[in-house]
Amino acid sequence: MSITTFLQHCLTGISLGGAYGLIAIGYTLVYGILRLINFAHGDIFMMAGYFMIFALASFPWPIAIVITLVITTVMGVVIERLAYKPLRSSPRMSIMISAIGVSYLLQNLATYLFTAIPRGYPEIPLLKRIFRIGELSASLVTLMTPVLTIILVALLILLVNKTKTGMAMRAASKDFETAKLMGININRVITVTFAIGSLLAGIGSILYFTDRMSVTPFSGTLPGLKCFVAAVFGGIGNIPGAVIGGFFIGIVETLLVALGYSTFSDAFTFLLLIVMLLVKPTGLFGEKTVEKV
Amino acid sequence: MDEIVLKTEHLTMQFGGVVAVDDLNIEIPKGHITALIGPNGAGKTTAFNVITGGYVPTNGRVIFQGEIIGENHPRAKMKKIYGGKDRSHFTRQVVNTPDKITRLGMARTFQNIRLFKDLTVFENVLIAKHCRINAGLLRATFRLNRAEERSMRDKSRELLRTVGLEEHLDEKASSLPYGKQRRLEIARALATEPSLLLLDEPAAGMNPKETEELASFIQSIKESFSLTVFLIEHHMNLVMDISDKIYVLDYGETIAVGTAKEVQNNPAVIQAYLGVEEA
Amino acid sequence: MHTRRNTILTIISAALLVGLLYWLHFNRTGNGMLISILQKSAILALVAVSMNLLNGFTGLFSLGQAGFMSIGAYVTAILLIPVSSLEGVYYMSGVHPSIRVFKVFLGSLPPWFQSLYPFFALILGASIAAIIAAIVGVAVLRLKSDYLAIATLGLSEIIRAIFSSPQLDGVTNGSYGLNKIPGFPKMFGGLVPSLVTPFVISAICIMLIVMLIRSSYGRAFLAIREDEIAAEAMGISLFKHKSVSFIISSFFSALAGGLLAMYMRSIEAKTFSIALTYDILLIVVIGGIGSVTGSVLASFLVTASKEWWLRFFDQPLDLFGWQVPLFKTGFRMVIFSILLMVVVLIYRRGLMGTNEFSWDRILGRFKRRKNAKGGA
Repeated sequence: MSITTFLQHCLTGISLGGAYGLIAIGYTLVYGILRLINFAHGDIFMMAGYFMIFALASFPWPIAIVITLVITTVMGVVIERLAYKPLRSSPRMSIMISAIGVSYLLQNLATYLFTAIPRGYPEIPLLKRIFRIGELSASLVTLMTPVLTIILVALLILLVNKTKTGMAMRAASKDFETAKLMGININRVITVTFAIGSLLAGIGSILYFTDRMSVTPFSGTLPGLKCFVAAVFGGIGNIPGAVIGGFFIGIVETLLVALGYSTFSDAFTFLLLIVMLLVKPTGLFGEKTVEKV
Repeated sequence: MDEIVLKTEHLTMQFGGVVAVDDLNIEIPKGHITALIGPNGAGKTTAFNVITGGYVPTNGRVIFQGEIIGENHPRAKMKKIYGGKDRSHFTRQVVNTPDKITRLGMARTFQNIRLFKDLTVFENVLIAKHCRINAGLLRATFRLNRAEERSMRDKSRELLRTVGLEEHLDEKASSLPYGKQRRLEIARALATEPSLLLLDEPAAGMNPKETEELASFIQSIKESFSLTVFLIEHHMNLVMDISDKIYVLDYGETIAVGTAKEVQNNPAVIQAYLGVEEA
Repeated sequence: MHTRRNTILTIISAALLVGLLYWLHFNRTGNGMLISILQKSAILALVAVSMNLLNGFTGLFSLGQAGFMSIGAYVTAILLIPVSSLEGVYYMSGVHPSIRVFKVFLGSLPPWFQSLYPFFALILGASIAAIIAAIVGVAVLRLKSDYLAIATLGLSEIIRAIFSSPQLDGVTNGSYGLNKIPGFPKMFGGLVPSLVTPFVISAICIMLIVMLIRSSYGRAFLAIREDEIAAEAMGISLFKHKSVSFIISSFFSALAGGLLAMYMRSIEAKTFSIALTYDILLIVVIGGIGSVTGSVLASFLVTASKEWWLRFFDQPLDLFGWQVPLFKTGFRMVIFSILLMVVVLIYRRGLMGTNEFSWDRILGRFKRRKNAKGGA
């Protein structure tokens, strides 16, 4: 592989990784507070893809993007209200099964509404404009994704560290029960968390599908699981960690595909997960917790 | 001189920078009731967890019936931040999981009752008998150990009769009143056929009458099962009534050892513990 | 006590079931749909029960069933495809020579072996899965609840990726999958016709799992489910018992995978995706986590309603010239998912909760209803 092709693949990988990072944040935030692997998160990301297809059919793209993001955010919050909130005091297994159930429902709903045949993802001409840097060429979306990801993460970290809502989120993730006793409106915190997670998944969806051109009801499953792995890799609950995990997985996956091991690119992610859980279960940047007897 | 059942040497447990138990040296003679007391946060339960294998000690040694069941010394990062008193004695690392230690003959109860809540009273005890099973997986699955299975069931029923829970055999453990749940937890520990019984605050949440009953209960099972008992307690009455020897812990350190009378009159103890109550 | 009555009732219903199966055997034509659904249900019942052994009885939330099923399915398929069909199946890249040699060797063994050959294939597949479970278990069983779930899910995907990789084309035929797999064999020299075989195998395996659950070891699993720390303090080795549960569950999942290969006659790696594990989890949830009879009942109900009873949702419906909206392809699965969410959110115990089927309960309910009517 020549240097140019290598760099070209890296660029693609970084772009994919950026989208992964944005989705991974949703997992990390929710897990941080509810200790729940939100299996439906990948499907929210898939649904956002369909929303964009329909929004773009009748609106100019800036409005379509806003509509897509609003609907996606509302969907994330509604799912939490309907499917997770009633189970908040149940064993963790029940709420995880509920998440799997929601994922199943969204996939079946998408198959019913939009059929299982892949739908073409509309092109936004501006995003697809090709840039050339030396011998490398890339579309605007490829170049924009990592930059946008980093800006969004910086904003999110600012929100978490500097605002009152952010403080409430941190308190809830440290100790759910005590935070409740301290008068933090836990329902509001959870709503905000799901809203942020879904919003970022919506943005990630636009960036991801613009590069991939088609959506199916099952497009969300594997990217979703990979992003959860990214979150675990970076240390669950840690926002920059999730993004770094996303970038890492995106780059390695792209390189594996380039080397002709495309069937193993998914397996790699899960192997990474298992190795990580065994060697350093708290992830790269996670905090250690002592379990009490 | 009585035979020593359990002995700890320079036992220290440190979490990050906090030394929860510091240089604990206890000796528990056979057939006696020994108590470990101290104010909240003194490190009593931590000491229990180290002895029963829940935690690996940071430093020190635990000897049970002459066998070293746990030993460690500060290692890696702990070397630098180690804050315990003793640091020179040990070189090996011996780690045993709690189940192994239970099979060696040490059983325990928990401060916040940990019964198998959704199972029946009878099942709770029967499960504890499992650790003494001889039949392997296949023999047990194909019921080739009928005699053994029957004896497990008979012994469990017998045990529940001894502790006075026979009329509750088929009730869910969580449906028992509080005092009986405590009793069931002790029965379950006895089912593992221990020689040493560790009780973690057995009288917690009990009224004076229940506590009195508990005291005689502990003494009776000690006699009928020829046990050695080691208990943690908050209730001074219970401890003073039944203990042969008392260790007093404060902030991880042992501040006094002796009989009930000796400890009661020890100024350090009064200051640290009893003093608070009198004030 | 009504033990005698209950035994009689059980024997009668078992006889009725066997009678039904033999009747179907002699009246195969026209009942293809029913036979196919019942066979699939029997196979899924076995997977569901073995998943329940882990999730419901040992409290280990594992999502690796599809992976272990695929091991059983592939081993069984590779061993059973007739040597004469190998060329046709592996038309793209040819079969790996060692597989051909092994199959020819097995084909040269004496006749008594040949009559047991399909069962040998099933058990070999299941044993390989069990060995893999034993090795992987050392690593993943240390993980806590949801991490275990995602790690086993990942394991299942890794297995799938390996099976579909081009590097293994000569063995698994990569992404083309395997076909020309012979159907169910007869058992006991034809006493059990091939149609009934999956029911017999599934019933025997489920019985074995039930016997395990009811043994002292099964009680130890329950203790681990209830409270790991207390179980360990009672002298139950967490590692040993979790491993045993994981290995046995994987063994029977793989065996069911082998049956599935015989049932489908052709398999590909895609068959064993995460969706399959989810389908089985849903059966377990609907039947009641911690109930064997619940899992069995649910697998029949779920399969029948998915493939048969709810089919009409997928057809356009015409009521007196009025085209009812909503009824089109995929509606059935939407209804099904909504039913599932209702079970998860409202009827959390599923069909059976942690109880098992009992005649006393059923008859008791009838009596109560009668009494209620009489009183009113």
